[in-house]
Amino acid sequence: MSTQQPGSLPSKPPFWNDPAVRATVFQVIALAAVLAVGGYLFHNTQVNLANRGIASGFGFLDQTAGFGIVQHLIPYTETDSYGRVFWVGLLNTLLVAALGILFATLLGFVLGVARLSKNWLIAKIALVYIELFRNIPLLLQIFFWYFGVLRHLPAARDSVNVGDVIFLNIRGLYIPRPVFGDAFLFVVIAFFAAIAGTVFLARWAHRRQAETGQPFHTFWVGLGILVGVPLLTFFLSGMPLSWEVPKLTGFNFRGGMVMIPELASLLVALTIYTAAFIAEIVRSGILAVSHGQTEAAHALGLQHGPTLRLVIIPQAMRVIIPPLTSQYLNVTKNSTLAAAIGYPDLVGLFAGTTLNQTGQAIETISITMAVYLAISLLISTLMNWYNKRKSLVER
Amino acid sequence: METKTTFTPHPELPPPANTVGAVGWLRANLFSSPANSLLTLFALYLLWLLLPPALEWLLFKATWSGTTRADCAPGGACWVFIKMRFGQFMYGFFPEPERWRVNLAWILAVLGILPLLGKRNPLRLPAAVFMLFVYPLIAFVLFSGGFGLAPVETSQWGGLMLTLVIAVVGIAGALPGGILLALGRRSKMPVIKTICVTFIEFWRGVPLITVLFMSSVMLPLFLPEGMSFDKLLRALIGVILFQSAYMAEVVRGGLQAIPKGQYEAADALGLSYPKAMGLVILPQALKLVIPGIVNTLIALFKDTSLVIIIGLFDLLNSIHAATVDPNWLGMSTEGYVFAALMFWLFCFGMSQYSQWLERRLHTGHKR
Amino acid sequence: MTHSFRRTAGAALALLATTGIAHAGATLDAVKKNGFVKCGVSDGLPGFSYTDDKGNVVGIDADFCRAVAAAVFGDATKVKFTPLTAKERFTALQSGEVDVLSRNSTWTSSRDTALGLNFAGVTYYDGQGFLVNKKLGVKSAKELDGASVCIQAGTTTELNLADYFRSNKMKFTPITYDKSDESAKALEAGRCDFLTSDQSQLYAQRIKFANPDEFVVLPEVISKEPLGPAVRHGDDEWFDIVKWTLFAQLNAEELGITSKNVDEMVKSATNPDAKRLLGTEGERGKDFGLANDWVVKVVKQVGNYGEMFERNVGEGSALKIKRGQNALWNQGGLQYAPPFR
Repeated sequence: MSTQQPGSLPSKPPFWNDPAVRATVFQVIALAAVLAVGGYLFHNTQVNLANRGIASGFGFLDQTAGFGIVQHLIPYTETDSYGRVFWVGLLNTLLVAALGILFATLLGFVLGVARLSKNWLIAKIALVYIELFRNIPLLLQIFFWYFGVLRHLPAARDSVNVGDVIFLNIRGLYIPRPVFGDAFLFVVIAFFAAIAGTVFLARWAHRRQAETGQPFHTFWVGLGILVGVPLLTFFLSGMPLSWEVPKLTGFNFRGGMVMIPELASLLVALTIYTAAFIAEIVRSGILAVSHGQTEAAHALGLQHGPTLRLVIIPQAMRVIIPPLTSQYLNVTKNSTLAAAIGYPDLVGLFAGTTLNQTGQAIETISITMAVYLAISLLISTLMNWYNKRKSLVER
Repeated sequence: METKTTFTPHPELPPPANTVGAVGWLRANLFSSPANSLLTLFALYLLWLLLPPALEWLLFKATWSGTTRADCAPGGACWVFIKMRFGQFMYGFFPEPERWRVNLAWILAVLGILPLLGKRNPLRLPAAVFMLFVYPLIAFVLFSGGFGLAPVETSQWGGLMLTLVIAVVGIAGALPGGILLALGRRSKMPVIKTICVTFIEFWRGVPLITVLFMSSVMLPLFLPEGMSFDKLLRALIGVILFQSAYMAEVVRGGLQAIPKGQYEAADALGLSYPKAMGLVILPQALKLVIPGIVNTLIALFKDTSLVIIIGLFDLLNSIHAATVDPNWLGMSTEGYVFAALMFWLFCFGMSQYSQWLERRLHTGHKR
Repeated sequence: MTHSFRRTAGAALALLATTGIAHAGATLDAVKKNGFVKCGVSDGLPGFSYTDDKGNVVGIDADFCRAVAAAVFGDATKVKFTPLTAKERFTALQSGEVDVLSRNSTWTSSRDTALGLNFAGVTYYDGQGFLVNKKLGVKSAKELDGASVCIQAGTTTELNLADYFRSNKMKFTPITYDKSDESAKALEAGRCDFLTSDQSQLYAQRIKFANPDEFVVLPEVISKEPLGPAVRHGDDEWFDIVKWTLFAQLNAEELGITSKNVDEMVKSATNPDAKRLLGTEGERGKDFGLANDWVVKVVKQVGNYGEMFERNVGEGSALKIKRGQNALWNQGGLQYAPPFR
């Protein structure tokens, strides 16, 4: 179309040069090709399964699993079904991912700020940390912590003993478990009430500042409410909380809570590895806010704290959040490396043990992939929503 | 915390401190404020805790010579283990008399890539053509045999060699697919766009372990009966599919960075879509994303270690397997430190190169 | 479509890929066309299949695959070994990645039916046992209530263990690993109190410990674990070959034919059973689609069952396991092969 001479009558191009027709043809071809390949693979699979007499379907989910699992967040016994194994695995995956994200974010922000420190030594240490740990494969780091470090902890009978309540040995870290009395419900209610109160207070303070210009110490007062009210309820309701202390009986410690070394090494490695990436993200986020912003804020008479809180951080977060989210996704996906050291995550339990006991390769792998896909789509949807909300409205 | 002090305006400036010489440097960089001084002392304490024992174990008390575990002194690293197993870590079970072939292939690769790294080099074009079209064939023959060379099964490949093969073939295979997918994702045709977006999001959403596992045990179920691939090839197919989705996003970044004027100018010249892309847009976009491609290569290089899950003996798995050898018990730390050093050297080298490239390319297209 | 696809794919991947023939009943043809038997073995179990530091696969499971290769090609070296983890093994066989799975796998009903396998016999009668550290002072498995146990994921032992503890009203904490090596190392390090597996594996793992004498195998045997090679459902011809390779080795031992005397026996044997087995009388080899003297090649190159056992797991090996249940039926054991006629 762009070749037409001005003034000459537009003659109708031959239909094969018509962009609309072409587009349709290409799309039909592409669709047909995708369907053909898909159908071909599907057909092969069907034939192969039939020839080899492999039963397919999802009926196996109701069968009895019959094997034990070392860590389960929901009640599980060997007589439960494979369907329950799936949930146990999923929760274990989510646990390690959530903890990993939390610790990696904390460490990453500290390192990112340290990297920009004016203190030469601190900045260099952060630099060495980042360059060292992000260039070593995560799996190797997991192996190092699991086989190289945690394997050398003492045996159960020679545990490291902290005040007879916390024990550390090769089987894990044992800490007391809180046992909640019935009256603890009041404390929970008080806590939620305190949250509501704090939100209300924050709104009120914000409005008052907008109207009268008087600032209010929302943070400290809010913190006081959040901590004080539940604490007061706790004492008033007669301290309905006791601790179950782990005790060495027979072979192992019984009672209390345990963090197994598989989880610990996975978590340590995930945190150290991901923090190096997050630190770089934080650094580039802070650097992305031009120095003029700080100067302008100071020129307006803002103190150092408010400058950071109201000017620098909101702008830096806009740059930081998107890559940070993809790091969070990476943590979730990287937690599948659990399978290599025997932490019972979704891949290890479901795409591993269950697959092997039932032989349902296609079903178990598809379910596992679908779960990770769903998590990843969920997080990216949330991120897109956040981006839209926070994106710079340009004039 | 210490950054806060950066911005504090001093109401009354103290007399100017010594700003030159070692004392001045120390004062400016380490002890500029009480908080900073505390931090410095804390950091020094930390280093004092960590470094001497680490160095002692790694170097001063380590054993370097000998042939068996018994030669190793306690209290230090036993590098004899690495020395004795070095061949296996580098080449896996590649037959010893044939190992010169692997070395030759890497030497050729280095010779071929060197001219490409320089800025202006008359050999650039021939070197590029060689690396793109001739080298893969030479390397393939050298590795797997043929033309008078003894055949070597891919199951005998291993160690660093296998790691490099997977990373390089993975990235080279993913590039064309990634470009097509990126173009498809930016296409105005809804069906093609949907197909590409689905493909990209699918592979980016699933963990590499499941992809490898799928390609390892399930791919044969998808193929006609009796047709089966080599185990390494199946892993490579999985890696390529997986990486092409990531590559597509890298290339898309480059395509988006090209100013709209370039697209419009190409259209105004009456170039067809393939010509507009091939002659105008892609050359600029690909140049922009070279650092991104190198970063993807680094990520892939680290991810190759996951092939341990499907039983291929890459660098990490060779070392991991050697640590359970009864003759070399308790050598896992040495093994992992050595593996970490090898991976680190490659990844750090590549990342420095990528950053250097980024600075060099940071000229024209900054918007 | 299928044909053209296969041709293009075949041309493109000719060097790396091996294209074979489709329908059921043709594994033998495919094997012959490939020029080697694709054999799935374990990822490292001394005595059964173990990759030594030169890359050779050694062990009784590996030797059985060599026997199949000798039967098919008359050359025991024409085998391609694929080390498989417990998790991978059945999918690898189902999908055609291997032709024979000779990987200390237990013969069970669900593996025969739901997994679509055919077990070709029993190369090793085993039972599940317990390996514990002597320091614990445990004398019987009944004292293991509350202990933590290292197991290999995806095995029958994992299920047997749960059954055993449940029926004895005991509790346990399972620590599962993908590789038998890793679970053994975990026991040695003290991550768990005991290791459970087939008894043969316990002996095999123990010799890899720094101090094997610190660990003891408990007397209880809690299950039947007949270990044997498996093939896919749906190819009876191939099933017969694999099955009768084992029976031929057993019959050879029963008849006193060894790798050392087999050449003489071919010339001088008078026993009609031996003559049929060695192919000097009748055409038994042809029935299998093999050379008539295939048993001679098997015994000459790999040995009879007894030799295979002694060399890899028996008194002549590092494992020093007694024949016990694995002795021939006429010597008080369970190994009994149908007659070769």
